Amino acid sequence: MPVIAFRQALKDAMDEEMARDQNVILMGEEVAQYNGAYKVSQGLLDKYGPERIIDTPITEEGFTGVGIGAALVGLRPIVEWMTVNFSAQAFDQVLNNAAKMLYMSGGQLKVPIVFRGPNGPAEYLASQHSQSFQAFYSHIPGIKVVAPSTPHDAKGMLKSAIRDDNPVIFLEGEMMYAWKGEVPDEEYLIPLGKAEVKRTGEEVTLISFSRSMQMVLEAAEVLEKEGYSAEVLDLRSLRPLDEEAVFASVVKTNRCVIIDNDWPMASFGSYLGWLISKNCFDSLDAPVELVAMEDVPMPYNHTLELAVQPSMEKIVTAAKRVMYV
Amino acid sequence: MGKGKAGVTSAAGTAPEKKTTSKTPGGSEKAFRTELLRQMLLIRRFEEKSAQMYGLRKIGGFCHLYIGQEAVAVGAVAALDLKDDYVLTAYRDHGHALACGMDPKAMMAELYGRQAGCSRGKGGSMHMFDVDKHMLGGNGIVGAHIPVATGVALKIKYKKENGVVLCFFGDGAIHQGSFHESLNLAKIWNLPIVYICENNQYGMGTDFRRVSSVTDFSKMGLSYDIPGSQMDGMDVLKVHAAVKEAADRARKEHQPSFIEAVTYRYKGHSMSDPATYRTKEELGEYKSQDPILILKAQMLKSKQLNNEEFDKIDAGCKRIGNEAVQFAEDSPQPAIEMLYEDVVV
Ligand SMILES: Cc1ncc(C[n+]2csc(CCOP(=O)(O)OP(=O)(O)O)c2C)c(N)n1
Ligand SMILES: [Mg+2]
Repeated sequence: MPVIAFRQALKDAMDEEMARDQNVILMGEEVAQYNGAYKVSQGLLDKYGPERIIDTPITEEGFTGVGIGAALVGLRPIVEWMTVNFSAQAFDQVLNNAAKMLYMSGGQLKVPIVFRGPNGPAEYLASQHSQSFQAFYSHIPGIKVVAPSTPHDAKGMLKSAIRDDNPVIFLEGEMMYAWKGEVPDEEYLIPLGKAEVKRTGEEVTLISFSRSMQMVLEAAEVLEKEGYSAEVLDLRSLRPLDEEAVFASVVKTNRCVIIDNDWPMASFGSYLGWLISKNCFDSLDAPVELVAMEDVPMPYNHTLELAVQPSMEKIVTAAKRVMYV
Repeated sequence: MGKGKAGVTSAAGTAPEKKTTSKTPGGSEKAFRTELLRQMLLIRRFEEKSAQMYGLRKIGGFCHLYIGQEAVAVGAVAALDLKDDYVLTAYRDHGHALACGMDPKAMMAELYGRQAGCSRGKGGSMHMFDVDKHMLGGNGIVGAHIPVATGVALKIKYKKENGVVLCFFGDGAIHQGSFHESLNLAKIWNLPIVYICENNQYGMGTDFRRVSSVTDFSKMGLSYDIPGSQMDGMDVLKVHAAVKEAADRARKEHQPSFIEAVTYRYKGHSMSDPATYRTKEELGEYKSQDPILILKAQMLKSKQLNNEEFDKIDAGCKRIGNEAVQFAEDSPQPAIEMLYEDVVV
């Protein structure tokens, strides 16, 4: 099977969907002539031209809203946010327009649009450029939120997101774009809302998504070397959430650690922890643990910024805590 | 912010004294121009050092250099008295910070992410702050500081102070709603603020002509009935004169102004941008109107400067750059406990 980078998987997904459906367009800052700030749209301008690959001014609220308007009447726009941090400028459009039209119109208006870009911290980017938005977006009924962790999942899920008739927030990661993985040549789709067991185990369930998956899998290996068997669940989709897969694993292992690289208060991870506690109470042998970001804005200093975030060591420690070892 | 500040400033050593007004009583034109020249050279040499240290991976992340645009910050800030006046800018902020008289040592330590940095190693390149010097950042979100700067002007008016705010931003920022909302507010409330658009022709890889409905941005000011003009941003004396006039209007009439300073950045958008979207010829054209060379030529011609004096000033600026690096190298990493400091007061 060919091995390709995450950014290439995203590009291939957009490319295939644009070839398949004339209504798919891509717009955002630097997506066309510059081939994307992180080179995700490499070559698409040459292939599809400036009518379909559209450079915008730095006006997030404007072009996000324009995308929503176009989607209401039949286009299927992909809006790239250069980073999801800047989507804060467009938050009102997502919250009050994209997420509400179907409901407020009594089912008359669909908003088939994808908003995508790198979410969460990269390195040395300080407070305003290192934020995680999964909690903000997964809070909102009326949109879907997905965050794959491999090139394979990224391609299959982006294609599904583009074909989905709902607004989909597609969270990527700056540090993930160069990650490599096997992606088949044949076309495939991965449904939104399905988690995947990335590793089976017996004694503890580690649940995460997106970039943190890499250190979670490393932690599972370290635990195995020390004689503990960890199951690793990649949620892939936060909303809709594959509750069945979560509960099945926790009921099997009786212990759970959630890893969410975001502030802990009112976070996606803390919600998931509540859900598990409520639904798997009789199966749990220990309180659910959450490995989150420290409850502070991101500092620039590299040592400090690493200390703020989940790490393989923190995950191993949390897993041992729930196993009482 | 003020709390930690005093300690940082003293730890960082003494900044070179900055002359804050263009017409210091008894100050000669020669002395004034020499100071403008010195400040532009200091920015140039500091930025060259920053680039060098970035290459050595002492500095990380987004680092946006000001090389080529020195005349704008220096000419504009020279029209201020930072006891009463304020400066706010975006993430390409090293030049404005130095023009405000911020300590190059504390700035380099900030780029290194060290404890003695002006933001205690928490801000980095994009977030230079010095509250004592009325330099209020250093903002990484394009356009986000424009309403904030307008709010600073509201305080000046409310307290019946004599100050004025300079708000710098790029050609890319001017299309954000925050700019347009701010101009309207400044006009209806008669706020003492000068909006300075540094049109360096590009927002990242985008030629401003591709994303703007107008090529003379002063029309945007005029649409809010705010006077302004498009001007040569490579000539520090012209920038100074224009900003001085606008600042006087702000002080006397409490009226906002808008200035578009046409300029150019010599380097890529940030350290990772090879800037292949523009031609060598275009870059060469602007380098031939280099702001430092323009002022140097003017001063040589009017016998306000000779080549030895120039070399001496330049050597002094290089030395300040080297000393700043040494200071940053020697300064400790922030302690881990600092993570939870300054989250709330
Ligand atoms: C709201 C927001 N959108 C996008 C970005 C990413 N970004 C950083 S700088 C920049 C270009 C800004 O250009 P301009 O305003 O002309 O300033 P210059 O870099 O030329 O000084 C962009 C798109 C951002 N920081 N904030
Ligand atoms: Mg610009």
